[in-house]
Amino acid sequence: MKHIETIETRNLCESAKHGGCGECQTSCQSACKTSCGIANQQCENKESK
Amino acid sequence: MVHQYKLANYNIVLDSCSGGIHVVDDIAYDIIASFEKDSKDNIIKNISEKYVNGNDITLKDIEECYMQIEELKEMGKLFTEDSFESMAGKLKEKTSGVVKALCLHIAHTCNLNCEYCFASQGKYHGERAVMSFEVGKRALDFLVENSGTRRNLEVDFFGGEPLMNFDVVKQLVAYARSIEKEHNKNFRFTLTTNGLLIDDDVIEFANKECANVVLSLDGRKEIHDRFRVDYAGNGSWERIVPKFQKLVVARGHKNYYMRGTFTHANPDFLKDIQQMLDLGFTELSMEPVVCAPGDPSELTKEDLPIVLEQYEKLAELMLKRDEEGKPFTFYHYMIDLTGGPCIYKRISGCGSGTEYMAVTPWGDLYPCHQFVGEEEYKLGDIWNGVTNKKAQCEFASCNVYARPDCADCWAKLYCSGGCAANAYHSTGSVTGVYKYGCELFKKRMECAIFVEIVRKLKSKQ
Repeated sequence: MKHIETIETRNLCESAKHGGCGECQTSCQSACKTSCGIANQQCENKESK
Repeated sequence: MVHQYKLANYNIVLDSCSGGIHVVDDIAYDIIASFEKDSKDNIIKNISEKYVNGNDITLKDIEECYMQIEELKEMGKLFTEDSFESMAGKLKEKTSGVVKALCLHIAHTCNLNCEYCFASQGKYHGERAVMSFEVGKRALDFLVENSGTRRNLEVDFFGGEPLMNFDVVKQLVAYARSIEKEHNKNFRFTLTTNGLLIDDDVIEFANKECANVVLSLDGRKEIHDRFRVDYAGNGSWERIVPKFQKLVVARGHKNYYMRGTFTHANPDFLKDIQQMLDLGFTELSMEPVVCAPGDPSELTKEDLPIVLEQYEKLAELMLKRDEEGKPFTFYHYMIDLTGGPCIYKRISGCGSGTEYMAVTPWGDLYPCHQFVGEEEYKLGDIWNGVTNKKAQCEFASCNVYARPDCADCWAKLYCSGGCAANAYHSTGSVTGVYKYGCELFKKRMECAIFVEIVRKLKSKQ
């Protein structure tokens, strides 16, 4: 019996090894200007993912 | 740190620190809720009493489920410890002194007189003014000089209403394009406008030069025209909607946001989103108002449950429209589960005051557009750079772990500590926490993840 379905996600602990290039967008620059987080941003470093 | 919630028949479990997301049945949901609070024997006994029925669910099922949870923990996908605190300042240290984005306040004046405007009708509590080409040019040079090896530079034309100074906007873009190659830079321009001055010339320019345009529309005519009026008190909805429609069609229906504000007057903002959809817009953003405490447009405690319910209904509407082949985007529900930000970005906090700054028409630098006019936070100017090091330090040290209230929050790696301006305006400190905003943010994240889960599971079928 399958009780748990795990969704594919980026492993944040792994991202510590190769991340931090700083090329990504600043947090609220492009759209909302008032209540942004970082969840809807894209990583710009395609090799680190 | 584990967060569990139920939404539309889905049991969802988030493992905040690994980024893990699991959809589970009721048995697993209950075991996970007790996993770190009780012994294995007790948990299996209690769960068995609740679920084993002699028919389809057996004790063996419960034990198997428990083992699956243990395995996920071992694999680092559940109950992952927060081990990131020592890395919190690393990204900002590494990129210290590098500026990668500017908000150019091209016009501190506006042709609308919106009562709820955080920028006080574009004046930011100061004098009306427009930015000269010379000031704008120096701002772009300042950005290039201070951007280090960073290639992509973001510049937003903001106001007030930037199209009231459109000639300078065009000149500045032409200047930026003339210098970007020699400096190995790529300017990404955005334009935020109320729409009144959009014409064919603006449309052509925006579609050629702007990576994104942000168009202000609050949704229903009566809602929009309640606040978004000209100086004669006339609503602007009738005048701007056809212009927005023309611009969006010419743009191929992409790379724009129809951005609305909801206030105490319309906590039922889903009706406004529906209105935007009915008008043919599909890239949408609807923001809670930012205003002084006590302002009549401020969202109240009584509005909160209404707003939270609207977010859930919005998620359901998105999935329904997916099925109908009429999908739309909601800015705050955009979440790329496999390609989102790395952990450094997630803990570093907003880049305001360090990598991102606002420039006034006079060339003064502020940590962000929402701090313009707060004299103690004036950082310096585009000729002499940042001279108020004390204020900049405050922003440089602003990260997820600088906010004690965030310590036990499951959402902290999705919000990165939230907006410094919201924190400052609600608590008096940039490392404070705007709790009302947190409630809205957490709900948005739950809904965004829910939508993405449903989409992923459907694509597998």
